[in-house]
Amino acid sequence: MTNPDLVLDDPALEGPLAFVGGPYGNDRALRAVLDDAMRRGAARIFCLGDLGGFGPHPERILPLLDEFEVTVLAGNYDLALAERRGDCGCGYTHPDDNRFARVAYAYTSRRTSDADRARFGTLPRHIRFTREGVRYLLCHGSPRRVNEFLWDSASSDAFLERAARDAGADQIFCSHTGLHWQRALPSGARFVNAGAAGRPANDGRPDAWYAWLPADSRDAEFLAVPYDHDAVAEEIEREGLPPEFARTIRTGWWTTCLEILPAKERLRGRH
Amino acid sequence: MERSPVPVLALRAPKVPLLSLDTVWFQVAGTLCNLACRHCFISCGPGNRSHEMMSRAEVGRYLVEAADLGVKDLYFTGGEPFLNRELPGILEDALRIAPVTVLTNATLIDDRRAEELATLSRGARYSFEVRVSLDGLTPDTNDPIRGEGSFRTTIRGVEALHRAGFLPILTVAQTWSDEEDAALRERFHALLLELGITRPRVKVLPLFRVGRETERTRGYAPDEVLTEEHVLGYDFWNLQCSTSRMVTSRGVFVCPILIDHPAARMGSTLAETLRAFPLAHGACHTCWATGASCRN
Ligand code: SF4
Ligand code: SF4
Repeated sequence: MTNPDLVLDDPALEGPLAFVGGPYGNDRALRAVLDDAMRRGAARIFCLGDLGGFGPHPERILPLLDEFEVTVLAGNYDLALAERRGDCGCGYTHPDDNRFARVAYAYTSRRTSDADRARFGTLPRHIRFTREGVRYLLCHGSPRRVNEFLWDSASSDAFLERAARDAGADQIFCSHTGLHWQRALPSGARFVNAGAAGRPANDGRPDAWYAWLPADSRDAEFLAVPYDHDAVAEEIEREGLPPEFARTIRTGWWTTCLEILPAKERLRGRH
Repeated sequence: MERSPVPVLALRAPKVPLLSLDTVWFQVAGTLCNLACRHCFISCGPGNRSHEMMSRAEVGRYLVEAADLGVKDLYFTGGEPFLNRELPGILEDALRIAPVTVLTNATLIDDRRAEELATLSRGARYSFEVRVSLDGLTPDTNDPIRGEGSFRTTIRGVEALHRAGFLPILTVAQTWSDEEDAALRERFHALLLELGITRPRVKVLPLFRVGRETERTRGYAPDEVLTEEHVLGYDFWNLQCSTSRMVTSRGVFVCPILIDHPAARMGSTLAETLRAFPLAHGACHTCWATGASCRN
């Protein structure tokens, strides 16, 4: 499968931009975020992959992204579904996390049409553009690997500097971890992890998050958007997905797949 | 007993490329340990000086080099790292550069030391992980492997770390069969929960049939080696030696497992070791077959 980088050259890129991490099958959260970005006047909206998984309506995500003309790249989840792999490739070792990951993947896979799989297979791995002389690179995990986690507390400056250099980029937008953060590096390069829209940020707030890049700035803002999370939690329960997923949506605290969190991020959460 | 492959096999061994130097390990206490576990794959113990204690200055030089090369994370092991009196300073230096994990048997960790480490951790921008080795759910199963009384002292260390605010990762060598694996993982989680550790973290590592383990069970059989067929289409990212190196007082080795094998010493600086390595050892077969990494 070849997914060449998508290189964009468009005057709209000079305007304010929105970066949306993993919708994870949570269509209500995604719609809230996209509405918010439009209301603020986004010149272009990007989605950084992982359309399904965890949430109740993976089949509603692509139509929603199309409706808002979002430019999408591939996450590990999307690639796994495109290639009909047996699991999502996150590599959990805890028996519970393994089970949760399997349940979410099987559910998402059942609800993914052949047409959607084919479309996932054509998504680019990277998106590149230049804006005011700054070379931007968008990816899902890290510039080099779609399923590499870039956590704030586990990514050294030294490593990020090298990653930016190797990628030939000055500013990188990534996702995959579900937690948003950004860091300006000593060289001037910058990493922004947009977090996830479909799953709260493990901070006791049930909102949906995305990253906003104002015109004339490299400094991203992280925006929290309230949405009807109770309705989503009820849908999760109705669909027979694990009640732990519903609890995460209701409380804003992660209840599953915690083993991958580094100490600092884990300690900030409740579980 | 067969302990390592004969040289003719080494000639045909497939090579693992160094894809990226992400992780640097330090054998910071050399091969000195206050325990002498019967499965220790580098035969550490109170009298083993095949690798010496590393000084803060010595580690510091490698830290500078590692940062220049874009290191992602740092690991400190031994032997027992807390036998090294300079360890707190070394960890402080390391945490300025990258996230740090220290691997310990926790027998030397009391409340005062745990609190000292917690202060270090709180002041650092990067994560500081403590991994604690234990090999059984009770003294009856643990102590025959790790030594009389070690279960109790290790558990005390784990409790002290927990009280100080750490989320220690229990690291267990898989001394049981694959069929029992899932059940035992659960039981180690349950053990931590019983201790009041509400966020249990457990990592299971395979046994490497090298060092003292060869006497406890057996060494590698001559056919337990990798050939080109094994690595055909294989994703080398799965082998930790494609992304890491191990620094000891004797130089830089390919990985944490083979430091007793002179052929695994690749240079005296990290820069000298940025090249492929032949997977000629039986232990490589274990890494390949289990997909295991000594990383968290
Ligand atoms: S396994 Fe760890 S604790 Fe046991 S002797 Fe070896 S280094 Fe020491
Ligand atoms: S023992 Fe494992 S980590 Fe070490 S060189 Fe062989 S494959 Fe690599």
